Amino acid sequence: MLTVRNLRVRYGRSVSALHGIDLDVPDDGVLAVLGSNGAGKSTLLRAVSGTLGLHRGSVTGGEIHYDGTRLDKLDPAAVVRQGVVGVPEGRQIFARMSVEENLRAGGIGARSAAERTAASRRVHELFPVLADRASQRAGLLSGGEQQMLAIGRALMSSPRLLLLDEPSLGLAPKIVERIAAIIRDIHEQGTAVVLVEQNAVMALGVADHAAVLEVGTLALSAPADELAESEDVQRLYLGGHAESEAEAERQVEAAHEQRSAKRRLSRWSG
Amino acid sequence: MDTFVQLVVNGLGKGAVFALLALGFVIIFKATEVVNFAHGSLVLFGGYLVVVTRETLGWAGAAVVGVLSAGLLALLVERLLLSRSRLASPFSLALLTIGVDVIITEEIVRRLGVSLPFIGDAWDAQPLQVGGVTMFRTHLVAIVVATVLITLFFLAFRYSNWGIAMRAQAENKEAAALSGVRSWVVTSSAWLVAGLLAGVAVLFIATQDFSGAGLSRGTHSIALAAFPAAIIGGLDSTAGAVVGGLVVGLVDALSTEYVSFAFAKSAVFLVMLVVLVVRPSGLFGTKETTRV
Ligand SMILES: Nc1ncnc2c1ncn2[C@@H]1O[C@H](COP(=O)(O)OP(=O)(O)O)[C@@H](O)[C@H]1O
Ligand SMILES: [Mg+2]
Repeated sequence: MLTVRNLRVRYGRSVSALHGIDLDVPDDGVLAVLGSNGAGKSTLLRAVSGTLGLHRGSVTGGEIHYDGTRLDKLDPAAVVRQGVVGVPEGRQIFARMSVEENLRAGGIGARSAAERTAASRRVHELFPVLADRASQRAGLLSGGEQQMLAIGRALMSSPRLLLLDEPSLGLAPKIVERIAAIIRDIHEQGTAVVLVEQNAVMALGVADHAAVLEVGTLALSAPADELAESEDVQRLYLGGHAESEAEAERQVEAAHEQRSAKRRLSRWSG
Repeated sequence: MDTFVQLVVNGLGKGAVFALLALGFVIIFKATEVVNFAHGSLVLFGGYLVVVTRETLGWAGAAVVGVLSAGLLALLVERLLLSRSRLASPFSLALLTIGVDVIITEEIVRRLGVSLPFIGDAWDAQPLQVGGVTMFRTHLVAIVVATVLITLFFLAFRYSNWGIAMRAQAENKEAAALSGVRSWVVTSSAWLVAGLLAGVAVLFIATQDFSGAGLSRGTHSIALAAFPAAIIGGLDSTAGAVVGGLVVGLVDALSTEYVSFAFAKSAVFLVMLVVLVVRPSGLFGTKETTRV
């Protein structure tokens, strides 16, 4: 269980990015974190992962606990060893290394060799394409494949909680659907997920609970299906990307369909 | 022709030593983006430890102590000084290394006083005749030792978890951290390895064959050739460091012979400037040196 209490984050001396956030992610949960650009979604994930320092940010108040361990005092490598692993915004694969080496890098945070072997098998089952491309330079993969690799790399340390920052960003709708299916698979295999998205349709289709951030504060927190049905939310967040009201409604429909669709196991086969 | 062959062998011998230095320099830069201006003082420190322990330990024992001491000093500089100023920019950390360099160098030069001890072993100053070509044994030993060490380094860099972690951090610090790479392990091991290589290099530099001079301020100046070597190869390229080292060694040897000893130093920097004009990131580098 991840608990975030009254979390405050600053960048440098002046920019206050989060002013008092409370969140819970149960061990079997998928939490969607929605919000427009600059709301503080990535900042939240960085705070959990311990990578704020790399962005000249710091936690200035509040606490983050995971299974009784306080995370906000740990460095990122130690957070990974607690089983909390992030996939950063924009994928950030190691473009100059091979696909296989990227996965090996992900395995550095694994707790044992046996765990690493099991994780590797799981990753190759979820993403057969990564096995096919093992020796290829990661930078040559397509956007969708790079996102698979970024997720696969994170899974290599067998996380119990996976933090995904806008995995759908810049991907074609078909690929986004696949990513969504994969996130469901990962969840069904027993990994809790925090899914940060601007694509609310996709996120609400996967999550069981959702939180909405607005300029550094928690505007709303509710079960995902309630949120998908609330009219205010539909107008404000689901329609956020839509060109028109009709498009917004179509997106809302899509979210509903995705939610009610049978959660079948699916495989990414490239 | 014989002269030319001889020059090439000698140039490669020097180049092999510069390659060791440039490689260390580049490893530190890759892992931390810090330009280590204290590299010359690591060289001096290793050499100084050889000088003071040789009486009791013999050359081989002293050489081991010297190499380990240079590695340890590098590790301490990183752990005690650089890692404490975590939020400082690579630029201010580079300035910090200049301070370290001056302090260590001046202290060792002061301790050496007027004695300028050679630290080469028995092979020093016993040229070898192969056909009509005279070769310095020091250069041949340097080529062999450097080849072995550089090969080992590249095997580790390419295949070991250490190498993967190192390359991951060099490419993307945040992604490496999120993969569980311990940043401090990568950083301090980079400094350790660079220090060890500097400690090996000095065993060849402060010899009759290599420089005609013992351990002194001059050793430090010679070690500075690691900078043009690394810049020619590309500051963030390990393979480039090796090529750059060899280029500097060859340019140095050839221009000394065909132009003059005094010109050799400028020749190295001329080559560096030409490379920078044609390829701002160095022969194999990806980051523009001017950005650093
Ligand atoms: N490295 C940084 N330095 C200064 N301000 C930042 C930095 N990163 C993000 N911010 C600011 O923090 C706020 C939240 O940003 P972010 O977490 O990236 O939002 P989101 O991911 O929701 O788009 C924004 O106002 C943004 O400008
Ligand atoms: Mg973001």
